[in-house]
Amino acid sequence: MQDLDRIVADAEVAFGACATAPDLEQAKARFLGKAGALTELLKGLGKLPPDEKPRAGAAINEAKTRVEALLAARRDALLAAELESRLAAESIDVTLPGRRQSAGGLHPITRAQAHIERLFASMGFSVADGPEIENDFFNFTALRMFPNHPSRSMQDTFYIAGSDKVLRTHTSPVQIRHMQSHTPPIRVICPGRVYRVDHDATHSPMFHQIEGLWVDEGISLADLKGTITQFCRAFFEREDIEIRFRPSYFPFVEPGVEIDMVWEKKGDEVKYLEIGGAGVVHPDVLRNGKIDPERYSGFAFGMGLDRLAMLKYGVNDLRLFFENDLKFLRQFR
Amino acid sequence: MKVSVAWLRELVATDLPVERIAHVLTMGGLEVEEVAPVAGTFTGIVVAHVKSVAPHPNADKLRVTEVDAGTGETLQIVCGAPNVAAGQKVPCALIGAKLPGFDIKKAKLRGVESNGMLCSARELGLSDDHAGLLVLPGDAPVGRDVRDYLGLDDSVLTLKLTPNRGDCLSMVGIARDFAALAGLPASLAPVPEAPVAIEDARPVRLSAPTACTHYFGRVIRGLDTRARTPDWMARRLERAGLRPRSPLVDITNYVMLERGQPMHAFDHAKLKGGIDVRWMAPGEQLQLLNDQWAESIPNLLAIADESGPVALGGVMGGAGTMVTDATTDVFFEAAYFTPEAVQGRAKQLQLSSDAAYRFERGIDPQGSRAALERATQLTLDICGGQAGPVTQAQGESPVRPRVRVRPARVRSLLGYDIPDAFVRESLERLACHVEAAGDGLAVTPPSWRHDLAIEEDFVEEVARIHGYEHVPAHAPRSSVPMLLAAEGIRSRLDLKLACADLGYQEVINYSFVSSAWEEDFAGNGAPVRLANPIASTMDVMRTTLVGGLVQAVLANLNRDEARTRLFEIGRCFIAEGPSEAEQPERLAAITFGGRLPEQWGEAVRAADFYDAKGDLEAIAGSAGLEFVAGTHPACHPGRCARVLSGGRDIGIVGELHPRLQQKYDLPGPPVFFEIETAVLLSGRAPRFSGISRMPTVRRDLAVLVDETVPAGRILATLRAAAPACVREIEVFDQYRGKGIEDGRKSLAFRVVMQDTDRTLTDAEVEEIVGSIRRLLTEQYKAQPRT
Repeated sequence: MQDLDRIVADAEVAFGACATAPDLEQAKARFLGKAGALTELLKGLGKLPPDEKPRAGAAINEAKTRVEALLAARRDALLAAELESRLAAESIDVTLPGRRQSAGGLHPITRAQAHIERLFASMGFSVADGPEIENDFFNFTALRMFPNHPSRSMQDTFYIAGSDKVLRTHTSPVQIRHMQSHTPPIRVICPGRVYRVDHDATHSPMFHQIEGLWVDEGISLADLKGTITQFCRAFFEREDIEIRFRPSYFPFVEPGVEIDMVWEKKGDEVKYLEIGGAGVVHPDVLRNGKIDPERYSGFAFGMGLDRLAMLKYGVNDLRLFFENDLKFLRQFR
Repeated sequence: MKVSVAWLRELVATDLPVERIAHVLTMGGLEVEEVAPVAGTFTGIVVAHVKSVAPHPNADKLRVTEVDAGTGETLQIVCGAPNVAAGQKVPCALIGAKLPGFDIKKAKLRGVESNGMLCSARELGLSDDHAGLLVLPGDAPVGRDVRDYLGLDDSVLTLKLTPNRGDCLSMVGIARDFAALAGLPASLAPVPEAPVAIEDARPVRLSAPTACTHYFGRVIRGLDTRARTPDWMARRLERAGLRPRSPLVDITNYVMLERGQPMHAFDHAKLKGGIDVRWMAPGEQLQLLNDQWAESIPNLLAIADESGPVALGGVMGGAGTMVTDATTDVFFEAAYFTPEAVQGRAKQLQLSSDAAYRFERGIDPQGSRAALERATQLTLDICGGQAGPVTQAQGESPVRPRVRVRPARVRSLLGYDIPDAFVRESLERLACHVEAAGDGLAVTPPSWRHDLAIEEDFVEEVARIHGYEHVPAHAPRSSVPMLLAAEGIRSRLDLKLACADLGYQEVINYSFVSSAWEEDFAGNGAPVRLANPIASTMDVMRTTLVGGLVQAVLANLNRDEARTRLFEIGRCFIAEGPSEAEQPERLAAITFGGRLPEQWGEAVRAADFYDAKGDLEAIAGSAGLEFVAGTHPACHPGRCARVLSGGRDIGIVGELHPRLQQKYDLPGPPVFFEIETAVLLSGRAPRFSGISRMPTVRRDLAVLVDETVPAGRILATLRAAAPACVREIEVFDQYRGKGIEDGRKSLAFRVVMQDTDRTLTDAEVEEIVGSIRRLLTEQYKAQPRT
């Protein structure tokens, strides 16, 4: 019996000394192989007297089981160590930047416009569009800016050579086009590029406007103020914004208003910013849009999209919008 | 329009502070852009008489003066002004005077006592002129406070008037509106008629009675040629922004400023016979008083005498008959030219005219006679002389409309409650004639309000008098059905976001470009041209977005941005005949530099044609695009594809032409695509077509074909011929070079097969692959690659 215990102890030492799987298999042969120590003992069982055989056989088998368990444990340990060293070898520097395409982005005017479209969509406004080379009727006459009238000199116009067409000076012609092809109730905004012969620090020969039109029964100047007030508060994300109307003149509205926004208040000092023109749609304009002014009324407004974007994002120079400097544009991603 | 507040206060008695007056005007629609005091804040400066000037004993540039400032004693004052001279009247700051920033004290200057300071215009805050003393007229009363003497307690308001308010282009007009807005009475005294002392008169005839509806004329003779424009008048002209010239010219300008009636003064001796107001005849011309020659343009109104045109009606007088310093007899004109008869004329003649500016916007037709009387009165006062009778020609007077104004309509358009009585009161405050009529009012506007013609015009007037600041903000109501938005339609924003997601940055370029770019990037020699471009580099409308993108790449390259990916969505303008242009909206994107930004984990590789094409395919989504080899002026001829949709050309993909790369000095070729957005924006909601659970079979086949055969064509042939169970045929490799004979290339196709409801047998698979091989051999002379 002492033999068996010694064999198990020997196996434990031999297995523990093995550093690799092949070594372990060789060591296994020494104890469990065809000429292994335990195998030899089992072969020797036949020489024992019959009454001793069962006891001795059981003892040898028990020792064999113990050796096999030691072998399995060593195998697992070797596998675990092997995996561990592989994983250690495979580890990477997770702090290196990810593999990627560069980030793209929207122009700040697009950002502002998309926000405005979302806000007005929530009030039921759809978006309309029109041509940028416009004819005299839609850009002027249908809006009651008659030929030679001083109101035409309010906007310096780009003319197309050899024709009576112009680059639209405002988004208002879209009002007429939209009314001609739709029936009230109408709620629409028309954002887009407009053009005027003007180029200095605060004017660009091309800029953006956003036109709004709401025509229905009983639409009033007070509805206009409510709409603009809600819009400004939502757009600038400031509940303290107040709107002030001032009388003004645009031939296609009557009454006409200039929209001032209260931007800063310090005691009695109030800083107003002009953000656009608006008014109750002139009955002739409704007629030009094939709408009966006795039944329907409406309001229209036009705001400078670039100016709204400048105020919202704190941009201090209009020209930056059109210089396409990536160092500027990246700031709006 | 510049308004002297002191003058305004004379017409409307009010002690409202200047800022308050400006606020009332602004909130009434007469926007005050600027409030400027005419002088600085100072006290203790009086008119002084310089009695003597002596050199300063210790300083070359200083003088010692003795002045009488009305204090009862002669003051010794040291003065540094080079123009000081004995006998002058000058402003003198007495001891104790307060000037901006400092007080005047008794002082010693280089050892000489000085008891005050003689002042320049700058010290009074009148101008920046510091070259010398402000020399006052010889009759300036010694000892009089200069503020009082020069009328310096005044401010000038600069008004930005809208073109509908021609009635406010005068002091009387502004006073009337201000009084109505502020609820104050205006004191506009009627002008007395001048006594007729001589019989000289010049007959007047109106041959264009609808353009000139009345004409008043008067001769005044025996004027004193030495007369000077009085200071008070010169001051008012100056504060209104007009330079005083000579008494007769100043009087006509003054009457125009005061009453809004432009007048003209002819030298009576230079006119021949009667005056006729008629249209200028073709071929006639006139030298204007600014020496410019006016040729006849259509519908130009002439004031003519027997010799021909002597003035342009409502625009400008002629050089030959204008008054001069030697004029002793004057013929004054005060006429009414209708806006239609004057509008556009000054602009066409490229001249600026205060008279035309007013007639174009409409003056008060009832005010001409009073203006003539006022000019007569001023002339007799200033220049002496004797007035003849008024000659008058009357044409067709414009009829003032009587407009129905319903208070209920006023309330409905404004959206808030205004009592009937206030509607009436506010219109009466504006001098409208108001009568009750049925369910509303019958309102006749005053003669000077050309802008009041329909009910809505009066609605605005009521709101103006009531105060726009009282317009309430109503919460918007909603009565519109849900917006129609088909799910498959993509918005422009969706498209832009798709580009941004691929790493492109949006830019916005001007829609006008230089004609050179159009030549270079579109081969377009006949673009839509602007008649009045802002610069020669922005003279035509673009037909492609590519030029702008290349320029943006360059601009950023110059700002050390070596790699750029940009896109723009905007309209292009394609000339179609002489006056028509198609205006398709396009999307274009450009990549310059690496396919990916330089990074540790990827080898640097310049973006090429296939990168641009792949981006376009990714953005296009389900829009079925076809690509065929093509050419484009901006593209490398061997690296350019036309993009088709439904057989129609809608765009291009390409690499910039090496010639343009060189011309625009780019270190490498950018790749780009441009496509009409309409195809990309349309779309349908998707439909489910079932999922097959059957196994898929993949077979690869590699073949050799002629190098010139486009892979896209082979793919199209194979796809068209394949049975339904072929799910996918794609090129997965292309090879040319070693092991392949010249002029041939190897293409490897992946064929994926799957039936919807059963497993394909080996025989079926072989049959399909075999048919594909046969097709390749028959149509493209393909050989299997071994």
